[in-house]
Amino acid sequence: MEFSQLAQVRFGFGPAPGKPGPAPGPADAETMLATLAGPDDLAARWPGMTTEQALAEGRAFQEARKATRNASPAEAEAAEAALTAKKQHMAGLLRDNLQLSLARAVEAPDGFRERLWAFWRDHFTVLAKRRQDVGLSCAHGEALRPHITGNFKTLLRVAETHPMMLIYLDQTFSIGPNSRRAQKRPGRGLNENLAREVMELHTLGVGGRYSQADVRQLAELFTGMQADSGEDFTFAPNLAEPGAETVLGKSYGGDPARLEDIHAVLDALALHPDTARHLAWKLAVHFVAPDPDPALVNAMAEAYAAAGGELMPVYRVLLTHPAALRPQFAKVRQPFDHVATGLRALGLDGAAVMAWDERMIRALALAPMRAMGQSWLVTDGPDGWPEAEAEWISAQQLAARINWAMRVQTLLGLRLADPTAFAEAALGPRLSPALAQAVPRAETRAEAVALVLASVEFTRR
Amino acid sequence: MLTRRFLLKGALLAGCSAAAHPLMNAVTFAAVPGDRRLVVIILRGGMDGLDIVQPHGDPMLAQLRPGFAIGPAAGAADLDGFFGLHPLLVPKLMPMWAAGELGFAQAVSTPYRDKRSHFDGQDMLEAGTGMDVPVSRIRDGWLNRLLQTLPGATAETAYSVGEEELRILSGAAPTMSWTPEAWLGLSSQGRRLLESIYHDDPLFRDAAEDALRMTAPEAQMDGDDSAPAPRRRPAKPEGVKVPGRDPLAAFAAERLRGAARIAAFSLTGWDTHRSQANALRRPAEQLAAALTTLKTELGPVWGETLVLAMTEFGRTARQNGSAGTDHGTGGAMVMAGGALKGGKVYGRWPGLAEADLYAGRDLMPTADSRAYAAWALAGLFGTPRDALERAIFPGLEMGADPRFLA
Repeated sequence: MEFSQLAQVRFGFGPAPGKPGPAPGPADAETMLATLAGPDDLAARWPGMTTEQALAEGRAFQEARKATRNASPAEAEAAEAALTAKKQHMAGLLRDNLQLSLARAVEAPDGFRERLWAFWRDHFTVLAKRRQDVGLSCAHGEALRPHITGNFKTLLRVAETHPMMLIYLDQTFSIGPNSRRAQKRPGRGLNENLAREVMELHTLGVGGRYSQADVRQLAELFTGMQADSGEDFTFAPNLAEPGAETVLGKSYGGDPARLEDIHAVLDALALHPDTARHLAWKLAVHFVAPDPDPALVNAMAEAYAAAGGELMPVYRVLLTHPAALRPQFAKVRQPFDHVATGLRALGLDGAAVMAWDERMIRALALAPMRAMGQSWLVTDGPDGWPEAEAEWISAQQLAARINWAMRVQTLLGLRLADPTAFAEAALGPRLSPALAQAVPRAETRAEAVALVLASVEFTRR
Repeated sequence: MLTRRFLLKGALLAGCSAAAHPLMNAVTFAAVPGDRRLVVIILRGGMDGLDIVQPHGDPMLAQLRPGFAIGPAAGAADLDGFFGLHPLLVPKLMPMWAAGELGFAQAVSTPYRDKRSHFDGQDMLEAGTGMDVPVSRIRDGWLNRLLQTLPGATAETAYSVGEEELRILSGAAPTMSWTPEAWLGLSSQGRRLLESIYHDDPLFRDAAEDALRMTAPEAQMDGDDSAPAPRRRPAKPEGVKVPGRDPLAAFAAERLRGAARIAAFSLTGWDTHRSQANALRRPAEQLAAALTTLKTELGPVWGETLVLAMTEFGRTARQNGSAGTDHGTGGAMVMAGGALKGGKVYGRWPGLAEADLYAGRDLMPTADSRAYAAWALAGLFGTPRDALERAIFPGLEMGADPRFLA
């Protein structure tokens, strides 16, 4: 299998149809890296929500809710109606975010930036538990995006200090037990949630060399970081625990408490060898195989360490290491990838996706993805979507993929003339004899195309 | 590094090897774990237990909720001289109460406290854990941990019903998940071809086998279609939409009449911040429909069945400024089934005076709702107390048996 064919499957969203046969994939790793290092055209073309916009949305929602509480009996009905409209508007933000994420994925020439973006969004999973935070959960991903090709130190800092992360992992509830605020108004105390997840999920990994004492010390060092649904990040020294903290054997901070010390500990965590290993392993598992070759993981971790946390050298290993390029496809596409890959194979481009109305995005992506097991931006926990293949292929989830394969054709009004040609273009050398035999035996063209879209080789990558 | 999450996992694995872990056990349809059935309904949004099971005998209730319809004078049915059933539930559920097949536990809650977040509260309810473990750390649910202790349990033993696979059933033990709304819009030829293209990949082959079986014409509710396979795609099973018949409950009942022993599904809409009298209409009628559907469609098996309907938290004792209630703490659990000693409101009533309230605003929980669930499992499946307090509901103290099983 040629690099261009394999790279489309492993690092992108599959081939788009060309004339004739599939459109060619990326020529080589250098081309892909150059594209990645170049400008982010798709974010410029279909910009997502900025943090400023999301904070304004959060404030507007809170005001609408306040209005229903303060409304006189005469105003009550109008205030209720305004709040209901606001709630629908917030749900719409999630839908808009899915739409533009899909458009970028379907349009992307080699798809690698979009796949990396999804990976890092998932690595730094956030969840809007309250409706007022929905905009922020979209903006968090956009805030990460410019840094996924830079240094992990910056990516980490942006991810952790974003209002959405501080809200999601309870940092906004955490104050130093001996802080000036706690002494004036006792009650609230330390919340370790963010500190624990920073170490366990975002940097060192669960197998990393840290202890409960490190978590506690990091949580104390984090005190003072604050934000709210309508208020951007601030550092409030009166909430900070006094004194220095020792994290992984090194002392940070002191009096007065300073944000610089939090930055320093995040930098140190980013450059820790356990972080290099953890990130390398996660990338390899996500992109390549459930049990990646240790040589690949080692090479990526070494590249990371040698470049001081720069990510491009790590991606270079991922795109060039022989263990990353074996034509074995053990992973299952997550529902977002599956839908994007299907739309791309069916010949849609980003503009077509952006032209969908609310009903179409719901019927073609939001609802079927939920049935496939992936509610957009609503994960079960801070460790994000599961990687294991079996998590995505239960009877119910597979039925949802099959149904999508039929419905997408109906909803888009597609009538593919030659299902066999479609199978060849969508799967190239991965088309199995069993599928090649089944396709012409289907009763209708639509069912033949659905067989391809729901096939093992289309679902695995 | 050792965290509670991994300790918990380790303890469970140790327990499993003794109890023939289902993953290591080939499918054993013969050895069904007893005849008792358990249905758990998650009531999402925070059901107002003080409105559903109104303590109309407590004079404080009318003072705290002057705008609410309270007590028999307002259409509620008196249950025992102190508690009354919400008017919306009266027509369908009073006969069940009279038959001794409906009961309640009042002033209960999970260990979840203070933040009053739906997400966290529901996660804790389904995880079955306490406040000592951050709920985001627990990925498996208490019904799954129960399954791991049931000898002879197979994937068919427990069903998560509805579009989303419920966390309460997720975990190491295999379970089934299905929604009666799912259908395969394929011709019979298409179905055969699917089998052929999945044949060589066990993950897909097994999932497809279940999906095809579940959507086979005879498995559908209106499945009397003996005509030759339709050329066009079969219609969605519209037959499930009968007024008063809850499709999730109907599907659960169908499975429970067969090999399944445990089913779980969720009903939403309980977050009644505004105009509670109106807002409760849909969820209350849905709950009543679910219970009566289970009773009707389980037929003789209803006698072996216990239904527990649980919510993530109760609501504020006082009505708020928009004729609704806000997120609270203590609430009520709804229990039903032929296996229940019904016709009784269980639990210790804490009172509604200012000093009796939790944090001055919520009904004070006087029992852990997990204790009721644990005593139910002990009674239905013979699960030992040690397993209940350590593995299934880690850290729970079950206390005295409330003796609510018939």
